[in-house]
Amino acid sequence: MKWETVIGLETHAQLSTVSKIFSGTSTAFGAAPNTHASAVDIALPGVLPVLNRGAVDRAIRFGLAVGATINRRSVFARKNYFYPDLPKGYQISQFEIPVVAGGEVPIVSPTRGELRVRLTRAHLEEDAGKSLHEDFHGMTGIDLNRAGTPLLEIVSEPDLRSSDEAVAYAKALHGLVRWIGICDGNMQEGSFRCDANVSVRPLGSDTLGTRCEIKNLNSFRFMQEAIEFEVRRQIELIEDGGTVVQETRLYDPDRHETRSMRSKEDAQDYRYFPDPDLPPLVIGEDWIARVQAAMPELPEAMKARFVEEDELVSETARKLVNSRAMADYYEATVQAGVDAKLAANWIVGDLSAALHKSELDIAQSPVSPDQLAGLLKRIADGTISGKIAKDVFDEMCKVSASRSVTLDGQTLVAKAGLVSGIVTADQIIEAKGLRQISDEGAIAKIVDDAIAANPAIVAEYKAGKEKAFNSLVGKVMAASKGKANPAQVNATLKNRLG
Amino acid sequence: MSPYTGTVAELAAALRAKKIGSVELTTALLARIEQAQPTLNAFVTIDAEGALEQARAADAALARGDAAPLAGVPIAHKDVIMTAGLRTTCSSRMLADFTAPYAAFVVEGLKNAGTVLIGKTNMDEFAMGSSNETSYFGTVKNPWNVAYVPGGSSGGSAAAVSARLVPGATGTDTGGSIRQPAALSGICGLKPTYGICSRYGLIAFASSLDTPGMFARTAQDCGLLLNAMAGHDARDSTSLDRPREDYTRDLELPLTGLRIGMPAEYFGDGIDADVAAAIDGALAEFRKLGATTVAISLPNVKLSVPVYYVIAPAEASSNLSRFDGVRYGHRAEKYADLNDMYRKSRAEGFGAEVKRRILVGTYVLSHGYYDAYYLKAQQVRRLIADDFSRAYQQCDVIMGPTAPSAAFRIGDKTDDPVQMYLNDIFTIAGNLTGAPGISIPCGFDRRGLPIGLQIQANYFAEAKLLNVAHQYQQATDWHARAPSGSEL
Amino acid sequence: MALTLADVHRIAHLARIEIDADAASDVHRKLLAIFAMINELQAVDTTGIVPMAHAQDVMLPLRDDAVTEGDRHALFQSVAPAVEGGLYLVPRVVE
Ligand SMILES: [Mg+2]
Ligand SMILES: [Zn+2]
Repeated sequence: MKWETVIGLETHAQLSTVSKIFSGTSTAFGAAPNTHASAVDIALPGVLPVLNRGAVDRAIRFGLAVGATINRRSVFARKNYFYPDLPKGYQISQFEIPVVAGGEVPIVSPTRGELRVRLTRAHLEEDAGKSLHEDFHGMTGIDLNRAGTPLLEIVSEPDLRSSDEAVAYAKALHGLVRWIGICDGNMQEGSFRCDANVSVRPLGSDTLGTRCEIKNLNSFRFMQEAIEFEVRRQIELIEDGGTVVQETRLYDPDRHETRSMRSKEDAQDYRYFPDPDLPPLVIGEDWIARVQAAMPELPEAMKARFVEEDELVSETARKLVNSRAMADYYEATVQAGVDAKLAANWIVGDLSAALHKSELDIAQSPVSPDQLAGLLKRIADGTISGKIAKDVFDEMCKVSASRSVTLDGQTLVAKAGLVSGIVTADQIIEAKGLRQISDEGAIAKIVDDAIAANPAIVAEYKAGKEKAFNSLVGKVMAASKGKANPAQVNATLKNRLG
Repeated sequence: MSPYTGTVAELAAALRAKKIGSVELTTALLARIEQAQPTLNAFVTIDAEGALEQARAADAALARGDAAPLAGVPIAHKDVIMTAGLRTTCSSRMLADFTAPYAAFVVEGLKNAGTVLIGKTNMDEFAMGSSNETSYFGTVKNPWNVAYVPGGSSGGSAAAVSARLVPGATGTDTGGSIRQPAALSGICGLKPTYGICSRYGLIAFASSLDTPGMFARTAQDCGLLLNAMAGHDARDSTSLDRPREDYTRDLELPLTGLRIGMPAEYFGDGIDADVAAAIDGALAEFRKLGATTVAISLPNVKLSVPVYYVIAPAEASSNLSRFDGVRYGHRAEKYADLNDMYRKSRAEGFGAEVKRRILVGTYVLSHGYYDAYYLKAQQVRRLIADDFSRAYQQCDVIMGPTAPSAAFRIGDKTDDPVQMYLNDIFTIAGNLTGAPGISIPCGFDRRGLPIGLQIQANYFAEAKLLNVAHQYQQATDWHARAPSGSEL
Repeated sequence: MALTLADVHRIAHLARIEIDADAASDVHRKLLAIFAMINELQAVDTTGIVPMAHAQDVMLPLRDDAVTEGDRHALFQSVAPAVEGGLYLVPRVVE
């Protein structure tokens, strides 16, 4: 039988506020245990929650960015359960009326092309603390620094049909929350966490199979592996005559498998009810208008503009809007006076490859937009060829990596993390003598020398072997160390060999 | 009469006039408390040292002439209220050794007003009860007759003020926990409008109903204490941001033209004959003062008790989840694993009534029952609130008995929770709506136990309530009667 | 919808309160009496009535996003049953 995979994701994005959602405690990561845990965070008797405006602001920004409805009135509810990292014995979340309803996220599926993943909702809630399982005389240690950190839980519809699509969606969402500046997206620190609801059904069926929720997908690779494992597990189970049990499963990246979470086994009854400590959250039109006015141009709109105005091909434009930093880089390069297509191709091509190789983010690029623009201008004006440009580019990268360079007897040192403008393309071209040779006399001399030095090849050409011409061009270029203007070399050779 | 058993107003004036000193007063009251404690058990913690230190500071301020309005006046706090550095137990084994690391808003307010905190008063455990028999620290006795309950849950504060151990004390009122013990103990108890006194630092029982308030012997004193306790607090999201007011400003207004609503539902069956007679007497007095009475109807008010016993336990079941033996409070000695530690710590730390209410609340919120119980109760809560809004179109205040009878004997209702709950039948509605109410003494029953008159008014009408109560107290002396043995 | 003894055990588990078998029947009896009183509500027609969750019809106040709390863990942990290295200790949690 053919099977279809059905996936919906629940994503917890930690909002980039400086203080917690219901208290004035710092959200900074990595503090000593319980030093960022105030009376409210540790749930002392008698303390009360007060909502952080910044968290709401970010939720509105997200809602507008995905074209969702911002509920003008939403309600905080208590989700009741006992767990040592949950100090109040309940999590303040939103249940019946979330702040954001609906919306969609555009993705490109490797099999189905462009599609829009529908969102069910996004709601504000507080994070729990952390249980440290290393041994304290057989006890577990509880650190409540993370308790109360603001989260936006973004719930997708079960619109995804493969692990590839799930990853594409998660990456698009990850890019978007960072794009609009509501979440730093740091997956190692848990700022962006995904749970996947996975089920399978016979291809063509329109009822959903029993789903399992997989937790702990803290990298895109783990998400892909976990979903693939889970889909195989469910299909094998059904094909062997078994049935899938609805449960929460944990992905174990060491064993590359998912397993049932015993701690969640016991049937949960969260007893949600509106939090009596918190009146309804009311969001006025003026607030929404303010957030809308401050909204950066979104990736989709920017991509359309690049295609329309800069005449980029859709695929290139899409790659440029992968991250806000990438798009900003591109725009800055074009702003510096470079042809848009040339800039775009270099950025998605050579620059991206170089970044990938050295595992850097574009924000940490060793070559600044101004530097790249300086280089690309020299291609455009014929100072260097495209091929030489790649060497100059490599040189720029090296300079930044070594943080210093000696040019014309002068040593330039880059300040840590600040490599922009330390060395221009022109400096490298000059220092290394890479300027393209376009002088007719000079080219004529090199061509003549080459003809004189390679009589056998010349003879072959004259005997009718067209290929021998390319061989002679190669000799000329080699003799010029690649600097001779290729078009002029061609013309002069043709002329000399008559 | 002892110079130390005056009212808040009298003591504040005597202190200011340097007729007495705060150390002298505090020492005298500490002695009274020590003497009364074995009989009444009104206090859980007596902070003699801290009180005397505050009294010395008050005397210094009074000598300098820069003293706050209530400088040097000793008061007590119900032990549900967090007092920084002082044990705060909620009369529960769960918190028997818990020292509060911060102070409640109302504690700060009364401290800023210059009062001297003398100790923490006994109460029903976690404020759940109407008789003060559920305290881990033992039953509080009614100063009028120690075989009887003082009412609850703020029974210790009520008994302390009634026995003239302190001129004023705080309480909290979730279903009548200030007004009912005030009635049963023969003193004044005011539950202000929900939201005008911050809940910050109140150990939560039912968050949408919990209201800090106070006990004193006169309406004027209640106003003076409320002036110190009210105010906006950004740490409580349900605290209302309203202009400050002097709640004593209207005390002297005449009651001519006052329209008193008499709900048919408050004067029906089930009310003790002595109580009914006392209320009739009070109404006659108000007519003499120029008021008129209007028959009104609150058809849904009879549903207050069932509504309350859904909403309050539901909220309590969640509020009390934080007492899990992890960060503070009682942790069982022996347990097999985490869940066993939770179950045992909570089973040992909470008393029977608290556990019962947690179970009721857990049930009404649990899967499949939410709509039938919790949602339904909230809808009926709205119907009850609507009854009151309609009534206030016809009248300025609503009067009736605070409780169906005077105090009952200790042990009489402990095995029948529903009978106990019905004691709050007239007070609960005020918590459901959030509007203010006061209980003032208006007579005695055949056994010599005090009877309370409840006066309710619309939201934010505290000044009106106090005016009405004060005028009654100018014309009568029920409030001045003291239990025997309390006069020194 | 009468509350059963099994319900008592179920909710006692949800509420993490140990109730031994002997006590359970007394608890059950008292809860049944309470629910008999509560069940009066079922007779009320509440069609179309907006539930009242708060005593005041107000909007949620918001605070500015600013750090106003410092480290007070030493004070807070002075009342804790078991701490080590700044951590609250609980019986081992198995994931
Ligand atoms: Mg979820
Ligand atoms: Zn969540």
